[in-house]
Amino acid sequence: MLFPSRLFPTPVDVGVHVWTLASSGKLLPDLGKTLTRASIAFVVAMALGTAIGIALGRSRVADRLFSAWVVVGLNVPAIVIAIVLYIWLGLTEFALILAVVLNKLPLVIATIREGVRSFDPAYDDLGRAFRMPFLRQLRLISVPQLMPFVLAAARTGLSLIWKIVLVFEVLGSDGGVGFRISVFFQFFDIKGIFAYTTAFILVVFVFEYLILRPLERRVLRWRQPR
Amino acid sequence: MTGPRLDIAIDGKRFDFLPEPLLERFDLVVEPSSVVALVGPSGVGKSTLLRMVGGIDTLFSGTVSVDGVAAAAAPPAGFVFQDARLLPWLTALDNIRAVRPQTTEQDAAEMLRRVGLAGFEHYFPHELSGGMQRRVALARAFSVNPRLLLLDEPFVSLDRTLVQEMEQVLFALIAASRPTVLLVTHLPEDAAMLADRAIVLSGRPARIAADYRFETPRGERSRTEREAIANRIAASVGAREPAQP
Repeated sequence: MLFPSRLFPTPVDVGVHVWTLASSGKLLPDLGKTLTRASIAFVVAMALGTAIGIALGRSRVADRLFSAWVVVGLNVPAIVIAIVLYIWLGLTEFALILAVVLNKLPLVIATIREGVRSFDPAYDDLGRAFRMPFLRQLRLISVPQLMPFVLAAARTGLSLIWKIVLVFEVLGSDGGVGFRISVFFQFFDIKGIFAYTTAFILVVFVFEYLILRPLERRVLRWRQPR
Repeated sequence: MTGPRLDIAIDGKRFDFLPEPLLERFDLVVEPSSVVALVGPSGVGKSTLLRMVGGIDTLFSGTVSVDGVAAAAAPPAGFVFQDARLLPWLTALDNIRAVRPQTTEQDAAEMLRRVGLAGFEHYFPHELSGGMQRRVALARAFSVNPRLLLLDEPFVSLDRTLVQEMEQVLFALIAASRPTVLLVTHLPEDAAMLADRAIVLSGRPARIAADYRFETPRGERSRTEREAIANRIAASVGAREPAQP
């Protein structure tokens, strides 16, 4: 054989292994741990990033004060933040999630800030002309203008989080997809690595096709089809 | 029902980017339920004046009142902008309801029917033609305040056929509600068609260069009469048109 089966398992072998690991191994608990970490980090980063992004988009002073930090945050290697936090806070769950949040936050801030800057001032005139109360303007004018940017931040942010959560789990955690893959790596267990990767990709597909896309279609249904 | 009286007494209105005030010691009274056209060249201050009456622009010295109440504190006017300015994420029906929560779905649908858009309630703006979008904007303005209409070049960039359609819709709405209407236009033909009175603005600071009151009621003017009125207005605008910066 040109490709030894131990290093290049067939898709069928990988599929069977996924089933075995899911029914008798640690696949499901590991997926659960990784998903919990990713979900918490995602929600916190989106909430914080949206609030800060709106503030920077609305206030020139705030933007001048903090935009350099956003640039720093966008460009500091993810691994540096994780290592520093692990040293300061220990190999804890909190340190791992905080590292993911800090890596994703600048991306959300930058995207939302651009969204706020792109608001059409003509709609502010509309709100003033018809004396729309602040909350009504927020709900009917500001939020819909911001939604495409929130969705873009969610999509890019989620893809970033999937990647860095696994790396940080390799660096220091007691379970999760990344941790298990690092264990498989030590034994050169390619079949295990592929099985975990396959399961992980399936989860990503569920997020993409059952949550993100329907949400996007619903929120942006007013857009002219291209 | 009658429209309100407008009292405009502006001491001064400046913009930082203009060396001279746009308006200074400018006085105008608009009688209740009259349709007054403000005609003049671009940049003379017509739209700014309309924004002051609508309470959008409050940075000026002087007073603008609607039935004795300061414009910014008065009930919102039915404002029609130069573009349709519909919220693209809301349907025609919801665009009408967005600016006035008290408007029920039935009321909004009835307004759409009155502007000839029955059956288009659930269309998004991008699914409507330019003329239809303008009619939704008109329906929205009327649903907010059928007593006071402020129209800022409502026919701009529409072809003549659509303009005539819009004029017919406006005629019907004005006849039914008898609002006070302030119509900003740079086309004397629009003033000749719709207005009871046309005020020609010129210069900087803007002054009233001519004030025409038409004897024949709108809607009863013959084509020849309309052309004669439009020519008189055009002559006033042309004679006093300031050099553009």
